[in-house]
Amino acid sequence: MFNTIMVPVDLRHAPAQAPAQEKALTIAAELAHSHAAEVVYVGVTSPEPGEVGHNPEEYAARLQDFAQAQSEARSQRARAHVIVAHDPTIDLDGKLTEAAAELGADLVVMATHAPNVTDYIWSGHGAHMAAHAAASVFLVRG
Amino acid sequence: MANAEEITGIPAPEGHTELIDTDYQIGQDNLEGKLGPFGFDVHNPVFMVSAVTIVAFVFYALALPEQASAVFGWLRPWLTSTFDWFFMTAANIFVLFCLFLIVSPWGRVRLGGKDAVPDYSYTGWFAMLFAAGMGIGLMFFGVLEPVYHMAVSHPLGTPSPFDADGNLIPANIERAKEMGLAATIYHWGLHPWAIYAVVALALSLFSYNKGLPLTIRSAFYPIFGERIWGWTGHVIDIIAVFATLFGLATSLGFGAQQANAGLHHVFGIPVSTPIQILLITAITGVALFSVLRGLDGGVKLLSEINMGIAALLLIFVLLVGPTLVILTDFGKGLLTYAQEIVPLSNPFGRTDDSYRDGWTAFYWAWWISWSPFVGMFIARVSRGRTVREFITCVLLIPSVVCVLWMAVFGGAAIHQVLADPAASAVKANVIDSYNPPLSLFALLDGMPLSAITSVIGVVLVIVFFVTSSDSGSLVIDTITAGGKVDAPVPQRVFWATFEGAVAIVLLVGGGLKALQAMVISTGLPFTLVLLLMCWAIWKGLKAEPR
Repeated sequence: MFNTIMVPVDLRHAPAQAPAQEKALTIAAELAHSHAAEVVYVGVTSPEPGEVGHNPEEYAARLQDFAQAQSEARSQRARAHVIVAHDPTIDLDGKLTEAAAELGADLVVMATHAPNVTDYIWSGHGAHMAAHAAASVFLVRG
Repeated sequence: MANAEEITGIPAPEGHTELIDTDYQIGQDNLEGKLGPFGFDVHNPVFMVSAVTIVAFVFYALALPEQASAVFGWLRPWLTSTFDWFFMTAANIFVLFCLFLIVSPWGRVRLGGKDAVPDYSYTGWFAMLFAAGMGIGLMFFGVLEPVYHMAVSHPLGTPSPFDADGNLIPANIERAKEMGLAATIYHWGLHPWAIYAVVALALSLFSYNKGLPLTIRSAFYPIFGERIWGWTGHVIDIIAVFATLFGLATSLGFGAQQANAGLHHVFGIPVSTPIQILLITAITGVALFSVLRGLDGGVKLLSEINMGIAALLLIFVLLVGPTLVILTDFGKGLLTYAQEIVPLSNPFGRTDDSYRDGWTAFYWAWWISWSPFVGMFIARVSRGRTVREFITCVLLIPSVVCVLWMAVFGGAAIHQVLADPAASAVKANVIDSYNPPLSLFALLDGMPLSAITSVIGVVLVIVFFVTSSDSGSLVIDTITAGGKVDAPVPQRVFWATFEGAVAIVLLVGGGLKALQAMVISTGLPFTLVLLLMCWAIWKGLKAEPR
């Protein structure tokens, strides 16, 4: 049913700090196995140096390593896709939705936070994806 | 299995750069967490100390208004008259340094690595440079300054074309006209843009090529080494935040008063504090909307719209003219600027104190105190350019556009003043009484369709404030997040709102003038900082592949 599963990841956090992301990775791997699908790990960075890399190239290498490690640990087909955004805080939602279409993803599995009052003002990234992406969206809470 | 070829989405390979080898991890000193439902990610000492110091200074200005006014009211003119030579010498060094970089082999170094491609088109880039840098000043001083320098401030001892009774002295007219424009162009041409270019280049180089966080302290790595991650760096960043926020807030406060004066002139809306508070709230609200739309969807879009409207107004004034006279004056003003730039830049042995200290030294201190904000914003949008392209575009092209603006508005205003001095509204608001907010409207009043163009003028004034406010909030947010550009949204909301709130408090309680004087005073330490930046740029560029 699913051929390409897109998994947005935040490389800034260690697994212990990001239980929802760990859960999303596991669920994506299980779905990839049952549907013989490929997993695409998507990361967003800025041209400016950040916590994960000094430049987009270094960030891409880190995401590549991450994808490879996940691929080996979970025995799945996986690759990395890097998005460079001028203003990641704001551009993230739109860029992820575009990436889902560009990659031809038919399922997006992503971590999201428990709803709170700020969601009435700014929707979460997962909520935006569910509202705007053509693909099916599986939101995972920690 | 994954492989490197499958990575997609990067605009171009970045190529080789000389990263600085440091153990510092971006964000390592940050406090990350949640305050109720709001996430935050702030640099620990910089955010807190900046916010607390700003609040403390606001309280000081409100609790002891007379003392604050006396201290800063004395400090600002004392600095510009005592250190005029220092500001002017430093500004000359910045211009020469930039011109040297254009022709030197280091001009080939590309910001972001040998293979980096520019993030923005020329149109978007220029629009953002202008809107953040000096857009609002062009609105207020385009008419006022050329007329004032022609008749009142006597740059290089140039005599006024008016005698004490206000009658024209024909023999003085031509020289005074040329000098009025040249003396204005001097303040808006190469020197201010060289100041911005130095800061922007330093930040771009140490961020995009050396891999350090996009924050002011990074430019000092060649000087202080690893110490920039400690209090040395904290102090540099805190002063930058402090100068930027108070610079924006006091400008917003004065701008609201000026916009109110414009609205009164055009629509008869009364000049009152509640109207000004409403204006600050509206400007802050639109700036908030803009920062929440992001760099591309908000700040860039608004800057482009703004520059488009400003260009239309410029073309209108040029066409209404007299076009030929304005174009001739533009040529003569530019020529006089080229001829007089050396005497105007000379800090020593001059007697024109009212021009040199009252205007030039004041402007240099002002541009320098704004340079952390404008320089950092320019850096944020300039990745992918070579040093030569960067300096040419940040230094020369904006200078030419500023010259054109000043020549068109100033030339039209001078023509109006000299054609019929007794009936000239510009003369009444600039020479007979000093009324900066009304000078533009006084010019437009003497032209056709003034009802429409005056409304456009008011809109431009307000939108220029929005574009300064939104880009300023982005810059402050990045510095107080330790150079991270992906800090949570509520932080931007905090800084944009805080800036508006400080402006309102100072407007209501008094203290705008005192704190603006204090901001300009930060120009002195920052002049030293900028001189050190030149050395750091030089050292940084030498290590880069080109």
